[in-house]
Amino acid sequence: MTTLPNSTDKKLGLVIDLDTCVGCHACVISCKEWNTSNYGAPLSDADAYGEDPSGTFLNRVHTFEVMRPGKPAEVTHFPKSCLHCEDAPCVTVCPTGASYKREEDGIVLVDEADCMGCGLCAWSCPYGAREMDLSAGVMKKCTLCIDRIYNENIPEEDRVPSCVRTCPAGARHFGDLGDPTSDVSLLVEARGGFDLMPDQGTRPVNKYLPPRQKIEASDAPVEAIAADAKGFFAWVDKALSSF
Amino acid sequence: MHPASSLIYFTVASGFGFGFLFFLGLGMPALTGANAFWSYFIGYFLAVSGLMSSVLHLGNKVNAVKAMSQWRSSWLSREGVFAILTLVTFAPVAITQIWDGPNFSLVGYLGSFLAIITIYCTAMIYGQLKTVPRWNQHITPFLFLAFGITGGAIIAQQDQIAAIGLPVLLILQIGHWVIGDRSWSSGLDTAESATGLGGSTGTVRLLERPHTGKNYLTTEMVHLVGRKHSDRLRGLVVLGLLLCVLGSIFIAPISLLVWLLPLVFAALISRWLFFAEAEHVVGLYYGRAK
Repeated sequence: MTTLPNSTDKKLGLVIDLDTCVGCHACVISCKEWNTSNYGAPLSDADAYGEDPSGTFLNRVHTFEVMRPGKPAEVTHFPKSCLHCEDAPCVTVCPTGASYKREEDGIVLVDEADCMGCGLCAWSCPYGAREMDLSAGVMKKCTLCIDRIYNENIPEEDRVPSCVRTCPAGARHFGDLGDPTSDVSLLVEARGGFDLMPDQGTRPVNKYLPPRQKIEASDAPVEAIAADAKGFFAWVDKALSSF
Repeated sequence: MHPASSLIYFTVASGFGFGFLFFLGLGMPALTGANAFWSYFIGYFLAVSGLMSSVLHLGNKVNAVKAMSQWRSSWLSREGVFAILTLVTFAPVAITQIWDGPNFSLVGYLGSFLAIITIYCTAMIYGQLKTVPRWNQHITPFLFLAFGITGGAIIAQQDQIAAIGLPVLLILQIGHWVIGDRSWSSGLDTAESATGLGGSTGTVRLLERPHTGKNYLTTEMVHLVGRKHSDRLRGLVVLGLLLCVLGSIFIAPISLLVWLLPLVFAALISRWLFFAEAEHVVGLYYGRAK
């Protein structure tokens, strides 16, 4: 059913810390590795070692530069994957019922057995979170690693999305954003987490934490730090000055 | 947006086909025998070949039959449902007209009503998308309806309706362009709102794409080909429609079909521009400026 549930028991999602992300793309690679060999069709590549490589990814890291008048540019690495929106347009536009939002945890999924590969869900997503796999002809998207987070065959510390598990900087957090006392909700509260493109009205579950305020940089010349030398350096200064 | 030829043919041909069936269902003109057969054949051919063309666009065609199931929420599903309903409803009308002569039952009127709903649903597949500001305007469904009904009127040789429909179509077309041209820059979404960066004083620009090559998103939605010539192409659309307007006024009704060619020409270019000029907000993540 492509009508959205009125509410979900949980709102599982990610919190991405733009202050901490170092832009290493490890989450991109681990996502690709896990999801190409588990749930659904593999994430295919075309011309992978040739001149014009392309392929399907569920998570991508952009890098943006913020420019302010008279200030140095600030660089922010920006990982982006499905935000598991509460008002997900990708679900309601689906004609076959392949796209759905789970009532128990709010995860937005594609049932590839029903997907006809029309691409309308990708068109309806403002975030570019869905990519059609051009080899399988079905829509691929972040599953929030549904085959890890409930998987009792792997150690407990691995039962988080692959991108979260692999992030070396600790920039990605996973939890229930519907529970105001969860670690992720407290983190969003403390750091002022925000939604992407709020004007689209999608009500994303995933939140982003803003970069912390940078130390104010100045373009004034560096001042001398040892203007009055003492001891040995005072003697050297005096000796050199006497020529 | 990528102007896929399968979708251009789908929207133009099925629009004309359902537009033509709309008039046949109303008994305009009243036909019988071979005339009725060939008219319904043309109507069905345009509608069905358009729908088949849309299937060509699918990545996983075997699941196309499931597209009828989600009519509660999906305009694409509604389009499929109403297209099939229209074609099924017209079948007994066509058969009785071919064999028994003009017979304009309520079923014909119902078919005409369903044909209009089908064209509306086709337009709403695009018109519903908030992510594509140029499409997400009130004129979009009326533009599709005007192309379908006017095209249908010309094929059905309804000269008076065509004479009214063509100027209306021209005005809607120009209105759609004017509003569409403003929609991108006046939209609320910006690179700043897309990334949440910049605060009140900063501007955001893309420093590095996430990948060096192309991907599905960039080829499908961050499509830039052809906009260079959009002014000239718009001129050709206007020229085609103006020729039709003049033709509908000055040429005898029997020759109305002559003006189908410039209309088809205008419709195909207009629909190509409809896709090629449309920008998707995901472009904001790929360095598209406002």
